Amino acid sequence: MTVQQEFRVVGSRPVRPDGVDKVTGRALYGADFNMQDQIYGHILRSPHAHARIKNIDCSRARAMEGVLAVMTGEDLQEPGSRVLGSGEGAIALRDLTPMVMAQGKVLFHSQPVAAVAATSPELAALAAEAIEVTFDVLPVVTELHAALAEGAPILHEDRFPDGQPKEPTNLATHISAQVGEPDAAFAEADVIVERTYSVPMCHQGYIEPHACVARVDGTGQVDLWCSTQGHFTVRGYTAALTGLDEGNIRVTPSEIGGGFGGKTTVYLEPIAVILAGKSGRPVKMVMDRGDVFRATGPAPGAETRVKLGATRDGRLVAADVECLMDSGAYNGNPAGFPAFLATACYKLSHARSVGRSVYTNKPKIHAYRAPSMPQVTLAFELVVNELAAELNMDPIDFRLLNAVEEGDSNMLAARYKRIGLRECLEAARTHAHYRSPVAENGGRGVAMGYWINAGLQSSATLNVSADGHVAVLTGSPDIGGSRASMALMAAEVLGIPLDHIHPQVVATDAIGHCDVTGGSRTTLATGQAVIQAAEQLVAEMCRRAAGEWDVGVEAVTWSEGAAHSDQGCLTFEALAARAGSMGGPLTVSSSLTASSAAPAFAVHICDATVDKETGRTTITRYTAIQDAGKAIHPDYVEGQMQGGVVQGIGWALNEEYLYDDQGALQNPGFLDYRIPVASDLPLIDTVIIEVPNPLHPFGVRGVGEVPIVPPMPAVAEAVFHSAGVRVARLPLNPPRMVAALTGDDDLV
Amino acid sequence: MSVSMNKLPVRTTINGEPRIFLAAPGQVLADALRDELQLTGTKIGCNTGDCGACSILLNERLVCSCLVLAVEAEGQSLQTVEGIAEDGVLHPIQQKLLEHGGLQCGVCTPGVVVAAKALLDANPDPTEEEARYWLAGNLCRCTGYDKIIRAVLDAAATMREGDTP
Amino acid sequence: MAVQDFVAPRSLGEAQIAFAEGGGASWLAGGTDLLVGIRLGSRDPSRIVDLKRIPELMAIEVESDQVRLGAAVSAYDLLRHPTVAMLYPGLAEALALIGSTQIQGRCSAGGNLCNASPAADSIPALIANRASCRICGPKGERLIPVEDFVVGPNQTALGGDELLVELVLPLPTGRCSDAYLRLTPRTEMDIAVAGAGVSLTLDDDGKCLASRVAIGAVAPRALLVEEAGQALVGSRLEEAAVQDAVLAVRAAAQPITDKRGSAGYRTHVVGVLVARAIRRARARIAGEEIV
Repeated sequence: MTVQQEFRVVGSRPVRPDGVDKVTGRALYGADFNMQDQIYGHILRSPHAHARIKNIDCSRARAMEGVLAVMTGEDLQEPGSRVLGSGEGAIALRDLTPMVMAQGKVLFHSQPVAAVAATSPELAALAAEAIEVTFDVLPVVTELHAALAEGAPILHEDRFPDGQPKEPTNLATHISAQVGEPDAAFAEADVIVERTYSVPMCHQGYIEPHACVARVDGTGQVDLWCSTQGHFTVRGYTAALTGLDEGNIRVTPSEIGGGFGGKTTVYLEPIAVILAGKSGRPVKMVMDRGDVFRATGPAPGAETRVKLGATRDGRLVAADVECLMDSGAYNGNPAGFPAFLATACYKLSHARSVGRSVYTNKPKIHAYRAPSMPQVTLAFELVVNELAAELNMDPIDFRLLNAVEEGDSNMLAARYKRIGLRECLEAARTHAHYRSPVAENGGRGVAMGYWINAGLQSSATLNVSADGHVAVLTGSPDIGGSRASMALMAAEVLGIPLDHIHPQVVATDAIGHCDVTGGSRTTLATGQAVIQAAEQLVAEMCRRAAGEWDVGVEAVTWSEGAAHSDQGCLTFEALAARAGSMGGPLTVSSSLTASSAAPAFAVHICDATVDKETGRTTITRYTAIQDAGKAIHPDYVEGQMQGGVVQGIGWALNEEYLYDDQGALQNPGFLDYRIPVASDLPLIDTVIIEVPNPLHPFGVRGVGEVPIVPPMPAVAEAVFHSAGVRVARLPLNPPRMVAALTGDDDLV
Repeated sequence: MSVSMNKLPVRTTINGEPRIFLAAPGQVLADALRDELQLTGTKIGCNTGDCGACSILLNERLVCSCLVLAVEAEGQSLQTVEGIAEDGVLHPIQQKLLEHGGLQCGVCTPGVVVAAKALLDANPDPTEEEARYWLAGNLCRCTGYDKIIRAVLDAAATMREGDTP
Repeated sequence: MAVQDFVAPRSLGEAQIAFAEGGGASWLAGGTDLLVGIRLGSRDPSRIVDLKRIPELMAIEVESDQVRLGAAVSAYDLLRHPTVAMLYPGLAEALALIGSTQIQGRCSAGGNLCNASPAADSIPALIANRASCRICGPKGERLIPVEDFVVGPNQTALGGDELLVELVLPLPTGRCSDAYLRLTPRTEMDIAVAGAGVSLTLDDDGKCLASRVAIGAVAPRALLVEEAGQALVGSRLEEAAVQDAVLAVRAAAQPITDKRGSAGYRTHVVGVLVARAIRRARARIAGEEIV
């Protein structure tokens, strides 16, 4: 593949095409859409975190005037052993279905048990309360080690992880991998550091709650409007859970108010479709904020032990990583990849990695930005920093000595092509931030991070209108400005003005299959489909121009938005205007499974000051450096970096799911689930490194996820230096810091 | 508990236009704006005053419309995000948010626009710290606030230049 | 959504009739607690009586010896009043910490009192400033010290048919000032883990003539800690005196452990906050820069 190096519009910073609608309030999100004659759905949720459902009596609710449909888990398909999707995106229905509605047993507080549809939201809420559920309440376990302890309440008596003894435990998964001979290699090490760090369960914290409207028409055609990161996924999951044919379901994505991985599944949609089918009326559902926290998939809490050995001259020789992760009530498979990828930034010939996940009475975990990678990276990078300190080496110099580069492999045996980790480290070392003195009483931390990034399936269609404008259609919901990058890439290839390009995200029946907006894949993979489609369009226009001129197509070149030959020039606009007489409408499509995904690397520098009396931490300066391959729209690359950093800062300092002993979430709102607010933060400095991805026509790498990987260790390291103590459990909130500083554990 | 069927007429001025709508006595203004008046630019992120997505101006005062009863708007003047641009011309804060890329998903943006407009009306020359504290009630999970703050300060500078004859 | 009825009376008399008729009525000032309570199911009034159209509850009066703050005046209006924030900078600090700019646009000092949260920010600042509550009921009016208004979590000294009309603060005289500080994990949009309000009056030599120290979020209600104030009176706010005050507030604190902080941490940090608030108020009197 030749990677384009010089660009006309790619790399510029135009106003995004959907921007005006968003600053004026016109953009329509999940809850902003209504259908004629719609009614409203409401979910009855479990007041218990662990219970058998003995009986559900819906008769009172059904009898209420204005109640038009009632459903329970029995209205959903039996999951059986069916698995949806494949590879990383695979999910067993038995892990998906009960997150939508319980069948037989509830395993976490606020799990849906039944639902009603009624003529007003208030009436629907009242009717849901009128449903009488008889529970057989069971003991609850929410903590990882407690769940593994002998005698713990067992969530799934019929599940045993592969290769484990066939006796009921809460162990959900157990995987391990090894390269080289780590035990022998540790014997060669001059310095060994071993630490265990733990991170709490946390939530993506998107501002827009889940919402949808569903309609089933007289012929069985389902129309579903919803806020999602992947409407094709919604279609497939909804079909599987309802038993309807996928082909009968059309899903139209609304604008999406944040997701960060959390909106790559379904919660309300199958319920709305079933209620719409039963009632014959469109059904609108909007999730309550508290239920977003209580009953959608958070990110797993984790405990990671890392042991690293190095020689006196600063070479890492061996690694041993063991990671225990919370899966929540069902298998969210949190401990697979990350355990194997903990070492991915480092040249390590000898490493062992074990990942285990555990069932607890909490919602099943779900994807959150580089899923599980921040949790293991926290421990790994903090141990690297300690090792560098023991060796009296600068932490960046130590990393430069050990950083992976082209030709190295990680534990998944993926051999890196050209990557930009060293360039990021060099940029960090010479950055004004790193060269500045650390503030008095302050501390500084550096950390780096890796994310694998996804390719997956994408489609794009380009439709040319007679005035030479181009509609760029994709099926990738735009969660952070991707329409701007689609427009830039199409304009780059076509050579026409950017404002003649109209990118849109269209419904499932209007475009070829697109996988979710996730895995940092949209600009890379959907962008590649757009580039390919645009190239096809150029080829078609050249072919038509060649016909017009009666020359061979090889005699025609395309530049500056026009076909050229020694016969003259035909512009894009002219060819568009005459399409009808030159071969018909100009429309091209491209679909692909992208094999161009390349890993992302980032290096972060954080300065923080801890108030030693109160334990409060202030982040005083932060710099994020990342290899973007090629930044199509640098504003939105920087935006991803800054947003990921701040999510990581929140997780490091304050964010945390707090459960009581009955498994009820104690902080299901933005008041006590403390995501950072504007006044908590400094400006977040960014440096985009561009080492082109050799697999991608424009050199793009996914950028969205890796920015959340280094912040926890970078912040923690800065905090430890400022406070003069190390703390093994995050978040590093004021009570925890004071407890560490005073040695009085009662203060936590 | 029962559902109130009793609705009261509410006479208001919204974005300069007289509007009359019906509201249940317990209905919050955010719901009335969205459901009775189809002004869905006002977003609902939490319904408890913690996220600021439903920010509006009530008699030029910045409030969360999820924490105001619709009936309290009787006789009052409201400004929502739909009324911030005048005659199709974007307010400087809207323009600067676009120029700085100060939005990603955009769901907090209407609240940010309204809150920042209120800030610039009250304080034409805010420091970065003042802007951050004023906007602390507008949660944004996408941007890390960096480009929002830059946009607000740039909008303030632009408006000050515009004021200079 | 069980609210059946809403009224916005124009006078105290009308308000009391409307409230009495309601049977299960709630007063509404800014609504920033009431409407959240209704949403989350902890409050369920059938009638709401809005207080914001009653002149007495919306007035700010600066008189020769006292300042009267209508109970329903918003924090935003109090903060922007030309003299209130100047006279009581610590009270202004407390009001500016409640919720967000949006919340401050609605919430009131009276509402903060009537909601009777142990963590209410304005209450320690009002106690430090010797505020009184003017209460009006069918049997007439009464005036009680603000520290006696809240009797426990979400419980006040108001009779079922009584209404908090205004807060009366003595006008500061001499070399005096106040300060309020709280600890929250975030800088804003948070609930106090602990709070401390301090008022000081110094003579020309810097000797403390009078002081009141009040603490929040470390007991079922905000507490006036007289021993802490006494520890400062007669001193020049030397470190030893400050530490005596710190010990006094730590002894007075009876915190609980909950999701917002442990009892041990709250006890520790309320002492830190009191010491800092004393220094802050002193610096204000001295005209030093406040950091």
